[in-house]
Amino acid sequence: MMDYIWLIPLLPLAGSALNGLAGKRFGKTFVSWVACGSVGLSFAFAIGAVLNLVQLGPGEREVVRTYFTWIASADFIARAEFLLDPLSAVMLLVVTGVGFIIHIYSIGYMHAEDGYYRFFSYLNLFLFSMLVLVLAGNFLLMFIGWEGVGLCSYLLISYYFDRKSAGDAGKKAFIVNRIGDVGFMLGMFLVFATFGSLDFGEVFRQVASAPVRFPVETGFGLLTAVSLLLFVGATGKSAQIPLYVWLPDAMEGPTPVSALIHAATMVTAGVYMVVRCSPIFSRSEIALAVVSVVGILTAWFAATIGLTQTDIKRVLAYSTISQLGYMFVGAGVMAYSAGIFHLMTHAFFKALLFLGAGSVIHAMGGEQDLMRMGGLRKFVPTTYRTMLVAALAISGIFPFAGFFSKDEILWSAWANGHPVIYLVGLATAGLTAFYMFRLTFLAFYGEERFTAEVRHHLHESPPTMTIPLTLLAILSTVGGFVGLPAWMGLGANRFDEFLKPALKHTRLAEAHDLPHGMEMIFAVISVLAALTGIYIAYRLYVRNPGAADAVAQRLRILYRLSFRKYFVDEIYDGALVCPIRDGAREILWKGLDALVVDGSVNGAGRSIRGLGAVLKHVQNGLVRSYAAWILLGTAVLLYYVAKLRG
Amino acid sequence: METVLFYSLAAIALLAAVNVLVQRRVFYSALSLIVCLTALSGVYLLLDSPFIAAIQVIVYAGAIMVLFLFVIMLLDPFSAEALRDKRRYLGYVAAIAGTLVFVMLVPLLDAYSLSRVPRTPESVAGDVSSVHKLAQVLFNDYLLPFELTSVLILVGIIGAVVLAKRQT
Amino acid sequence: MGPHHYLILSALLFALGAVGVILKKNIISIFLCIELMLNAANLSFIAFSRYLNQVDGQIVVFFVMVVAAAEAAVGLAITVTVYGNRKSLNVDDADLMKW
Repeated sequence: MMDYIWLIPLLPLAGSALNGLAGKRFGKTFVSWVACGSVGLSFAFAIGAVLNLVQLGPGEREVVRTYFTWIASADFIARAEFLLDPLSAVMLLVVTGVGFIIHIYSIGYMHAEDGYYRFFSYLNLFLFSMLVLVLAGNFLLMFIGWEGVGLCSYLLISYYFDRKSAGDAGKKAFIVNRIGDVGFMLGMFLVFATFGSLDFGEVFRQVASAPVRFPVETGFGLLTAVSLLLFVGATGKSAQIPLYVWLPDAMEGPTPVSALIHAATMVTAGVYMVVRCSPIFSRSEIALAVVSVVGILTAWFAATIGLTQTDIKRVLAYSTISQLGYMFVGAGVMAYSAGIFHLMTHAFFKALLFLGAGSVIHAMGGEQDLMRMGGLRKFVPTTYRTMLVAALAISGIFPFAGFFSKDEILWSAWANGHPVIYLVGLATAGLTAFYMFRLTFLAFYGEERFTAEVRHHLHESPPTMTIPLTLLAILSTVGGFVGLPAWMGLGANRFDEFLKPALKHTRLAEAHDLPHGMEMIFAVISVLAALTGIYIAYRLYVRNPGAADAVAQRLRILYRLSFRKYFVDEIYDGALVCPIRDGAREILWKGLDALVVDGSVNGAGRSIRGLGAVLKHVQNGLVRSYAAWILLGTAVLLYYVAKLRG
Repeated sequence: METVLFYSLAAIALLAAVNVLVQRRVFYSALSLIVCLTALSGVYLLLDSPFIAAIQVIVYAGAIMVLFLFVIMLLDPFSAEALRDKRRYLGYVAAIAGTLVFVMLVPLLDAYSLSRVPRTPESVAGDVSSVHKLAQVLFNDYLLPFELTSVLILVGIIGAVVLAKRQT
Repeated sequence: MGPHHYLILSALLFALGAVGVILKKNIISIFLCIELMLNAANLSFIAFSRYLNQVDGQIVVFFVMVVAAAEAAVGLAITVTVYGNRKSLNVDDADLMKW
């Protein structure tokens, strides 16, 4: 089975090619079968591969398959090699599993679209790129996947290409990602320069086994530089401060795209990369601090914006940014498996939230404004129930999946010596619960704020959409049980144990001997914070519907800051985009290109023409002047002959 | 003796040449040229080339110049050239160029003065003024060019006839 | 008497002929000046022939005269034709040799 690992990414690629080339001709059923079939098979193979992996002993769970040597040039060798270890196994299952579920959902959601085949072709292409990224055994191959998912993100965000806003959003995503990618590339170059190889195994072994050459850096050193550069790439791909601005706009794409790419998989690539490179990150104090601080700031910042947004998908977008911040906090406080755990549970409930939102939008005939919804739970019961499960999960209510993962991160933050991060994280958890239930209450409870014709149109979604919702709801409920913490008395955290071998080169946190009871108390505090948030949301949106507006009026300035996303887009536009764009137009285009380049080319032509105009008088047809020129020439020649003769 | 002859003949030749330029009517220019050529023939005699001197008078002054005169007579012989030249600059160019050419030629030609160039041995050179010798070299070493010149003259005749034929 | 005298005379005659070619406006006058230049060259050849004691110079003069004759014949034939068309011997009027 291990020899067939290459099929896992290649099946979606084949599906993408087939749908892209022949999909238009063969109709929607064909496209659906090819697309979902390839992903389904890929998922099956992934399960098989992971089962095989588990059969190996805990210390041997690292399988490398090299397929061909891509570049062999002097010292630089890049191979196409896949690495399957516990970390990539988790990612593999999440990507193929959730991806498969979302593909099924898309059959129903996109059935009315003209570009059906194009959608599935891009979606499969995305899965291929993501799988390459996850399975890559070296930096270069991972970068290929990295770029590929960026490309597919652009293609899918601007899927509705006849809308200017969609095209702009796609461009914004791609360009902002690109900025991050520069950091990633520079980091890659530095890795190669330092270690002489881009192979994960080689690099991490070198870092771990040479404490003199690669000590733990408290100041600014080589490893810090590498980590920070790679992290820039992660902020771009995983939408952290300062490169998160593309994610809210990316909601222009179809909702399954938002679910798959901008919730469950692509945006988690940054987290995966940081954890994969944890051998390097963990040996740089500054890098760890930067990662956790950026993570928690982003988590808080995005949560405050999500409080006031009215577009259902925007709320979820900011929620994603916020939860990604949590994952980075996990990586930054050296709770790597906690970060990955949250990545996994987040994939379940965030995908569920987006797909549910899609179901709501579908039912409402395209309406996305929360203020025009209300009381929908009578009309779309399955959607309502599954979204409620997701909301509970994301808020971190026991026993749903989000509780275990979020709690582990918060506890690790405290236990590994970052109390401030813990407090901010706790507050953010409260905010998360609040805005998620604000969304739930505004959409499903209260008075109906939609028009009569929308009411007419309201219907529950077809099974192709509701079954995936149900599946994800089940996963959001039981998904946390793979990582039951030790204090529950059922043995050590299985998820942690599973991931440990993948982190063998990583410098781990010092063991703390805080009692389990303390951990339990912290868990209770988290749940209380979440319940507080839910209660406040209940009071503001269910019991007292006008109260929210009153609060907004009282805190006018804060409300405005939150609603207008702290004007970050405007600031970027003014400080960066406009100067670059206008500078390019005025200086580079009008000045350099038109004046200098065109000028010199045209000027050369003009001067030659002028020269010609002067010289043409030599040929005046006058025999006598020709004779005169001949004579002059003869004189010159004679001069030279005389000179030669001496 | 030689010097006196040379200088007088040279003077005649030069004055005649200048007159060629100066005369406004082409007929008088041609006559001046005949004088010049005849003077040159005398110079050739001074240079021990009797054959060439004779040829000069017979062919050049006698045949070619007569041909010129025929054509001049045919075509408006006494039209006066305009005094004012519309293109004055040509005059200056000509003056400069002519001076330059003269200035360049002299040292060039001087390079082959006797003191620098090795003289050929007497036995090989033979008597330069002998027509016999001339004929020998002409019809032995230079036979091909000789035959070619006869072809050239033939071509010239045909060409002249064709060109000047009256178109009917 | 060295060859220099003859050579200077030759150079002078040549320069005069060259100047005349440029200055004269009647086409036949130009021909005459060309003949003058040819004769100057002949003089050079003869002078060298005498002073290098070789007969080749005179042979060259022989050929030069032949060529001059042929050239004069053809050139005058052209002149006659052109005069027939244009009725002008002014060389400035024949200025079609451009572009």
